[in-house]
Amino acid sequence: MLEATGITVRYGGRTALEAASLTIRPGEVTGLAGPSGCGKSTLARVMAMMLRPDAGTLTVDGVPVTGWRQRAPRDLRTRVALIYQQPRLAVDPRLRLAEVIGEPLAANGRPDGERVAELAALTGLTGELLTRWPHEVSDGQLQRACVARALTLEPRYLVCDEMTTMLDASTQAHLVAVVNAYRERTGAGVLAISHDPLLLDRWADGVVDFAGGQGPTPGQPGRALRST
Amino acid sequence: MPVRFAAGTLALLALAVLLVPAVVQLDQSLVDLRAAGQPPSLAHPLGTDEVGRDVLLRSIYGLRVSFLVGLVAALVSMVIGGLMGLAAGSLGGLPDRLLMRVVDGFNALPHLLFGIFIVALFAPSAAAVVVSVGVTHWTTAARIVRSEVLSLRSRPFVEAAISAGATRTRVVRRHLLPHLLPHLMLATVLMVPHAIWHETALSFLGLGLPPHLASLGNMINDGQRSLLTGDWWSSLVPGLFILVPTLAVSVLAQHWRDRRSPRWRSELEL
Repeated sequence: MLEATGITVRYGGRTALEAASLTIRPGEVTGLAGPSGCGKSTLARVMAMMLRPDAGTLTVDGVPVTGWRQRAPRDLRTRVALIYQQPRLAVDPRLRLAEVIGEPLAANGRPDGERVAELAALTGLTGELLTRWPHEVSDGQLQRACVARALTLEPRYLVCDEMTTMLDASTQAHLVAVVNAYRERTGAGVLAISHDPLLLDRWADGVVDFAGGQGPTPGQPGRALRST
Repeated sequence: MPVRFAAGTLALLALAVLLVPAVVQLDQSLVDLRAAGQPPSLAHPLGTDEVGRDVLLRSIYGLRVSFLVGLVAALVSMVIGGLMGLAAGSLGGLPDRLLMRVVDGFNALPHLLFGIFIVALFAPSAAAVVVSVGVTHWTTAARIVRSEVLSLRSRPFVEAAISAGATRTRVVRRHLLPHLLPHLMLATVLMVPHAIWHETALSFLGLGLPPHLASLGNMINDGQRSLLTGDWWSSLVPGLFILVPTLAVSVLAQHWRDRRSPRWRSELEL
């Protein structure tokens, strides 16, 4: 379980998140909905251990995350992978697609071309695309690479921050299926953040509704759909 | 087209600088008082100076010295500035604030005066000029690098690398430096003319390169005395030898930066 309890984050003097709690269970998809600016992405970054909360605790599989500096220690960070809304910004323009996907492996000192090819095939990227620069592929293709990159280290948890917002329907369906297949195979937990109630209703096992910056209030599956 | 022109000019000058001293068996420091102050002629295509030394030959030698001094000085300032900027930008917090106050301090000093002060500590030499220019001009590079690092650091792709377990060193090497390098290279190249200008100014004051070295600065300095008697070539020619190659290098540097970055490349194609 990836469990955030009483998370408070302030940017300067402004409070972005007040005592928010959220749990991601292994093998489940937790949906997170809410209006823009309500702190969804902030909570996502805390849960991915990329942002130190001003208050509150985070536990990964029962072990509290300690040793925070600006971010959590390296070995803990790699247990949670982040997928961003805008692949264009999430990819270094100076790396070819194969390097983008292989980066987590290379960063941990074990580059593996076969694994890269395997993940690329899984996300629907053909061999030729792997030699291209990011500016030579579409947003959808780039997001496929980002999903492949997120899976390279076999993370226990996946945080998908508006993963499919920028995509066309077929790419969206494919990437959701890829993430689902990975979840079923490895029992990883998924946090799906989206503005799209239809997507969350179909994809998530439970939806947490984030209302008015007051932090999430637990809801029943399907509530996001009914409230619109 | 201007790019090709610049490249051609630069290639020609580079060839002259490299080959002339090796091939032409003429002494640039040969004093020939019988030929003093001659206007351009067949024997001396760009005239002679007040003691009869060939201006073209001396300019070619001078370009060699001035450019080398300018380039090394620019590199020194970029290395100092680059490291300072990288440290300030990536460490942040107190180290950042301290380093930036040091930069402000250096910028508050008139850098020519400070350069003179540093040079005055040594005997006139190329090394003294390099140190003087390097120590006073690193602040530009520091600011460029720091602001680039600050903007890169918060980009999602850097965050994604950190999230995937990349170490600080790896992030710097793999994601920051490749983005910084074009900016740094451009700043270095643009610093070269500036450094040459400082070499000129210091040589003019008798604090720069030793007078026996045929540097462009020394030549303009010598030539300005002959200007009063109408010998325009003896300072105009070395002046052009500064202007033309530095302009050509700037044009090429700009072009190189545009070509190198994949992102810029795609924008150029639009």
